[in-house]
Amino acid sequence: MHEKVLEIKKLVVRYDTDYEKVEAVNNISLEIAKKETMGLVGETGAGKTTTALAIMRLVPSPPGKVISGEIYFEGADLLKISEKEMRKIRGGKISMIFQDPMTALNPVLPVGEQIMEVIRLHDKGSKAEATKKTTKMLELVGINSERHNEYPHQFSGGMKQRVVIAIALACNPSLLIADEPTTALDVTIQAQVLGMMNSLKDEFDTSIILITHDLGVVAEVCDHVAIMYAGEIIETGTIKEIFENKKHPYTIGLFNSIPDLDTEEDRLQAISGLMPDPANLPKGCKFHPRCPKCTAECKHRVPQNTEVAPEHFVKCLLYKGTEAAK
Amino acid sequence: MSVLLEVRDLKKYFKTHRGLLHAVDGVSFSLDKGKTLGIVGESGCGKSTLGRVILHLLELTGGEILFDGQDITNVKGRELKEHRKIMQMIFQDPFSSINPRMTVSSIIGEPLKNYNACKDKREYDARVKSLMDTVGLAERVEQSYPHELDGGRRQRVGIARAIALNPKFLVCDEPVSALDVSIQAQILNLMQDLQKERGLTCIFITHNLSVVKHVSNDICVMYLGVLIEKSSTKELFAKQYHPYTQALLSAILQPKLNKTKNRIIIKGELTSPINVGPGCRFAPRCLYACDECRNTTPELKEISPNHFAACHFPRCE
Repeated sequence: MHEKVLEIKKLVVRYDTDYEKVEAVNNISLEIAKKETMGLVGETGAGKTTTALAIMRLVPSPPGKVISGEIYFEGADLLKISEKEMRKIRGGKISMIFQDPMTALNPVLPVGEQIMEVIRLHDKGSKAEATKKTTKMLELVGINSERHNEYPHQFSGGMKQRVVIAIALACNPSLLIADEPTTALDVTIQAQVLGMMNSLKDEFDTSIILITHDLGVVAEVCDHVAIMYAGEIIETGTIKEIFENKKHPYTIGLFNSIPDLDTEEDRLQAISGLMPDPANLPKGCKFHPRCPKCTAECKHRVPQNTEVAPEHFVKCLLYKGTEAAK
Repeated sequence: MSVLLEVRDLKKYFKTHRGLLHAVDGVSFSLDKGKTLGIVGESGCGKSTLGRVILHLLELTGGEILFDGQDITNVKGRELKEHRKIMQMIFQDPFSSINPRMTVSSIIGEPLKNYNACKDKREYDARVKSLMDTVGLAERVEQSYPHELDGGRRQRVGIARAIALNPKFLVCDEPVSALDVSIQAQILNLMQDLQKERGLTCIFITHNLSVVKHVSNDICVMYLGVLIEKSSTKELFAKQYHPYTQALLSAILQPKLNKTKNRIIIKGELTSPINVGPGCRFAPRCLYACDECRNTTPELKEISPNHFAACHFPRCE
């Protein structure tokens, strides 16, 4: 099979506050292969960003804490290595694009210097080489390199996101975590940025974890999809399986909530109810209070991962005992 | 069908230290009773300003607004207050558009108090309760403060407040863009039901084209303060004459595989709306721009029945 870049095993992240303990990420396992783009999909509070921060070892602590689990990257468990080693990886081999380009950049440093900062930190080369690489990175993301002395406020939202992408890709990372990279952008600009990310991915051989709530973006760029709900991955599979053979009632509900452009429909089929309070999760399947197919068993039994088709796993009691023949 | 709202050559300029910012520059349209008009465009195209000018939340620079056959361009004071009763607004951000220091019931009841709409306390309580019921808010949140509610519930509070005085006309400024998809569908369904029950006429401002297709009868596409295309929803999604509309529609990402048809990716970004010169405003980014586009401003003209576009060389693919 494909070479693995990252493997997450049974990760649990908890936020401890004075009043409550919140398990933001609850026992998730995930693998990302080389050159693959994995879409991590879910709504607000599903634990997508916390998962990403755990990989980067940036979970704010306190109150956050990685309780258990392993994250293997190039043979080493990221949760066990020293902070010094982690600093070499962070921004170098694993880098991250944050959601909001308006706040991710330092407003008082010219953009060229911000790109150079990461290159100087991770590459051994001279200052002249770093300058050259900065120029190259700016051109690569479609910004005239003469603008390297300008400050973030002189750029528009789409341009700032390009700068952020240039910073993230400056050290040829083998894994890029993109947290809602286009959510803050307009549609025509979103199309530009996604197109650029797709071509850069091929150029740098980078694997990407794309965190988003937009299934349209997923259809555009991902190879694999993992759907998260209340801290758990409830369905994973190849993009074809998830889009054409979705199984979990939540995944189905999510797709039905989006107005379809090709058909006329009078009403949207909304998922009833609200996301559960993470400090007070329902027993059994976490989705059961909102699920149209909920049975008595769902209310107390926690569903296990079931393989319904090759590489297609679902956490739902409807499919227990329907494992694909191995 | 009778016309409820008519806007003629509406202009709103803002003075900035660099010159005049043409936020809305000569927009005209009319809207029939009970219909929904979608206004689509990217950030900075003037769609929110347009909505606010119609409701007199911003003073207009030029043009006319006719509501139910009556000229309301220059209404002021008490007269304006009476008009606000029938024209309400739902705001984009349910986090900043409701007062964090007021309880849910007092937010919803505030318009009723402002207009002395209830005879006594009992009627007031009953109306607040029935409003909460209409928008699907449980009775137990009556005394909650906004910070205790999630985005979807907060937006329901905003909707309840907007319909408290039984308005005829609503401006909805991106009412669902701050919400999660599953909640978004609930709110869209709620708004659709309310519109049917109460015969509301709506202007729906959004940048989300799938949502606008779902809710509106007609669509206006705006670019840098001007209307560049106007037609019925069905017609517009079937064919587009303006190159910008074509690019906008082709940039929609659908949650379907193998949909990566020939996407038109337009270069560059929105140009500045300050001190705009003559010529088509889209020309700097347009794939087909020629000298005529850069020198003369195209008028909005009818290209096929009821389908208007502002382009010198309308084309349809």
